[in-house]
Amino acid sequence: MASIYNLFIINKSGGLIYYKDYGSTSKLDTNDSLRLASLWHSMHAISKQLSPTPGCTGIELLQATAFDLHCFQSLTETKFFVVAESGAIGIEALLKTIYELYTDYVLKNPFYEVEMPIRCELFDLHLARLILRDKSVLV
Amino acid sequence: MAPAKPGDAAFANVDHVNAELFTLTYGAMVRQLLTDFEDVEEVNKQLDTMGYNIGIRLIDDFLSKANVTRCSEFRETADVIAKIGFKMFLGVTATVSNWNADFTECSLVLDDNPLVDFVELPETCQGLYYCNVLCGVIRGALEMVSMRTEVKWARDMLRGDDAYELRLKLIEHVAEEYPYKDDD
Repeated sequence: MASIYNLFIINKSGGLIYYKDYGSTSKLDTNDSLRLASLWHSMHAISKQLSPTPGCTGIELLQATAFDLHCFQSLTETKFFVVAESGAIGIEALLKTIYELYTDYVLKNPFYEVEMPIRCELFDLHLARLILRDKSVLV
Repeated sequence: MAPAKPGDAAFANVDHVNAELFTLTYGAMVRQLLTDFEDVEEVNKQLDTMGYNIGIRLIDDFLSKANVTRCSEFRETADVIAKIGFKMFLGVTATVSNWNADFTECSLVLDDNPLVDFVELPETCQGLYYCNVLCGVIRGALEMVSMRTEVKWARDMLRGDDAYELRLKLIEHVAEEYPYKDDD
């Protein structure tokens, strides 16, 4: 059973730099994914302003009736978020691992332009392996 | 058992490379820059820019693997760089000292400097900051976590001083500024 529906990576200006869907139920076309990513970027920023106490770093988890959205923002303000099944566990750790893959196979690729859409095969490959491994653990 | 130093775990977590290969590669690069630009000042600038471009990428590597949290003040930042950052990427640590009164400026004195093994500066390169790449790395990395800084060599043993000392100066915290590129 699939636990993750989609993965988004947003750069610090709110642009979608990576999108991937898992499972057939949740395919978004390019326009939709871009629109949703920038909306999420704004909502994340608004949540910081809503915070009654200073030092809030934004939404980490959004629970809806049909899914959970887990968001991880690095200190460099790149956001990684996945839409997952309700109650899926271990997603925080998964997001941290995706961040590590991103630093290894995207940022360290000398031909990757920082802040631009990610087109790195090695990243795709390792990400696919990670998700596959994760799925088999969660089943 | 002696308590582990803060950078040891981070150091153990990353892949290592033969130190001589690293030192020699860096040396070959500096040498090539000198050949290409024929001007020591220009080479200093190039090294700093190269470092900056490394730093803006390296910071994420550092954050994702070093298990550090957000620093509450600049003093903590300097400590993290000296004890964990340098250890993780260069295998050495630095000592933070010489703070100014309002804690915006400090010195990082390197306990050891693997970049300069085997190096002697010839007469013709007297103005060269051989390790200037490190200044750029720190500046680039800190810029990505909203700190504008100035980093310079204060003492350099290749130039006859008694230590390797970087002067780190915080210019400002840039809060939530979106980096719109000046493409036009």
